[in-house]
Amino acid sequence: MQRPPRGSSPGAAGRQSIMTEVLRLENVSKSFGALRVTDTVSFSVPKGQALGIIGPNGAGKSTLFNLITGNILPDRGSIHLSGQDVTRLPAMRRVRMGVGRSFQIPQPFEGLTVYENLLTAAAFGQARREADVQTECAEILAETELLRRANDLAGSLSLLDRKRLELARAMASGPELLLLDEIAGGLTEGECQALVETIRALHARGITIIWIEHVLHALNSVVERLLVLDFGKVIGVGAPAEIMASKEVREIYLGLEV
Amino acid sequence: MQISVTTRTRASTIAGIAALALIGLGLILPAFASRSVIQDLFFILTLLTLAQLWNLIAGYGGMVSIGQQAFVGIGAYAMFAGVILWGWDPIAAIPLGLGAALVLAVPMAFFAFRLQGAYFAIGTWVIAEVTRLLVAQWKTLGGGTGTSLPREATADIWGVKAIAALLGLRDAAARDVLAYWLALAMAVGTMAAIYILLRSRNGLALAAVRDNDNAARSVGVDAARLKWAVFLSAAAMTGMVGALIFLQTARISPDAAFSVTTWTAYVIFIVVIGGIGRLEGPIIGVLVFWGLQTAFADYGSWYLFSLGLIAIAVMLFAPRGLWGLFTDRTGIALFPVQRRLTTTSQGDSRNG
Repeated sequence: MQRPPRGSSPGAAGRQSIMTEVLRLENVSKSFGALRVTDTVSFSVPKGQALGIIGPNGAGKSTLFNLITGNILPDRGSIHLSGQDVTRLPAMRRVRMGVGRSFQIPQPFEGLTVYENLLTAAAFGQARREADVQTECAEILAETELLRRANDLAGSLSLLDRKRLELARAMASGPELLLLDEIAGGLTEGECQALVETIRALHARGITIIWIEHVLHALNSVVERLLVLDFGKVIGVGAPAEIMASKEVREIYLGLEV
Repeated sequence: MQISVTTRTRASTIAGIAALALIGLGLILPAFASRSVIQDLFFILTLLTLAQLWNLIAGYGGMVSIGQQAFVGIGAYAMFAGVILWGWDPIAAIPLGLGAALVLAVPMAFFAFRLQGAYFAIGTWVIAEVTRLLVAQWKTLGGGTGTSLPREATADIWGVKAIAALLGLRDAAARDVLAYWLALAMAVGTMAAIYILLRSRNGLALAAVRDNDNAARSVGVDAARLKWAVFLSAAAMTGMVGALIFLQTARISPDAAFSVTTWTAYVIFIVVIGGIGRLEGPIIGVLVFWGLQTAFADYGSWYLFSLGLIAIAVMLFAPRGLWGLFTDRTGIALFPVQRRLTTTSQGDSRNG
């Protein structure tokens, strides 16, 4: 079903997809008024893969995430999670099926502490009792270097810590598929490096990741496959090196004259 | 990693013991307090309950309703209907207030939940006004001028004779004692229920929805269901308090029962002055309000004027209310809900 995009060949990732698929989109389209922000997008992500999504501003990357999480519903096409059709399922139900996300602009629960932010995500995202997720949440805090801020109100955090909290809270909801939306944006080189290490560790644990990012070197140091969006269309999928070398991508995305 | 999660603090332990002592004192108070003290306390306790309920939906749930008088009014009228139309005992008719408020709250939530922020507030107010106008058409319950509980009904309320004999009071005073005990039970029950809710995982969800309902939904919180549940339970309880208030006055009119000033504006004043979004706030607020009313009630409109000035001053200089000001300075919470994490690393493992 997957439309072979121009400028890419079925690589190792393509063959893997015969195995368990965590996510499959088929001809998904979404318009806001006359503007088609997602245009017959099809792709799938095998279990355990890290897929990067790049594209110029306004290419429809965040909209694509909102379609996957169920925050908005598509006009056409279908979305499957682990083989199950979720096209019309509300966001809340998809979380319980293992879709965790971070927001491009951090959206912490500001009146709760950092730890309580995670407790909420874990208790509801995994539909478990609060007492049963306490240890797990503390471990995620340690892993994302937020333990020292555990009892501070989330509203008082710095940008880096807010980004960490986005990641930590998404983790606490117990995702099989983790969607990261420009989590490295706005960070210094050192901060970015620290965050990339954390993400790499999560990936090594077998969590499937889809990551939208403009900081390409950070992205390419983690993902195995890149997908390029432009005007809501997939214009390329393939190994990062291939994609970065492709003429079309360089022209459209990087704006280079070739 | 060894972890422990605590909510209790030293202050809260002391507060818990003090609260139990106060409840005990409140129970035996009618044995030696004068009738006017009991009436004042009835007023304080019912307003406190209304304030806690408004604080629950607005302060914790983020639903700023200015139509809560609809539930007070409909609850009170339902109780009157039970007594006058069907000859029920007034005490037995109090739960009718709960049922009627619940029935009204469903369509109210259905319409008002489509509105956001200020539109939600105005929407609830409009629905309350419409309810008042409709009830004023109810001729058997006195229409626009209202009515009183029949003498036969008030003369023979359940338990009044026993209380009168027990405390050596006249029937009228014994009625006040009964109403006071019920008000005490409602205040304690409401606050206990809210505290238990906030300490549960639904308390976290409520705060999450208030802070950011989009993010709350994307971690699996059913924001819509939670709002419905909170709004309906607050409405039902508000209706029951309304029934009790008008059982004590034994006289009702649409203007009194659906008064936006008394049942919503004063209640908002109490919550905002005391500190919104915390259980201690309305307690402080109701004491301040009662003090002001006792001191300035004879000055007519100057009294309302001073309430307004105080509200403005608090919003400017202590936007989190008097209790918020205190707790920000001292870190003391009498009824803490925050889960605090303590970790002790084992061996040579390090944190953060």
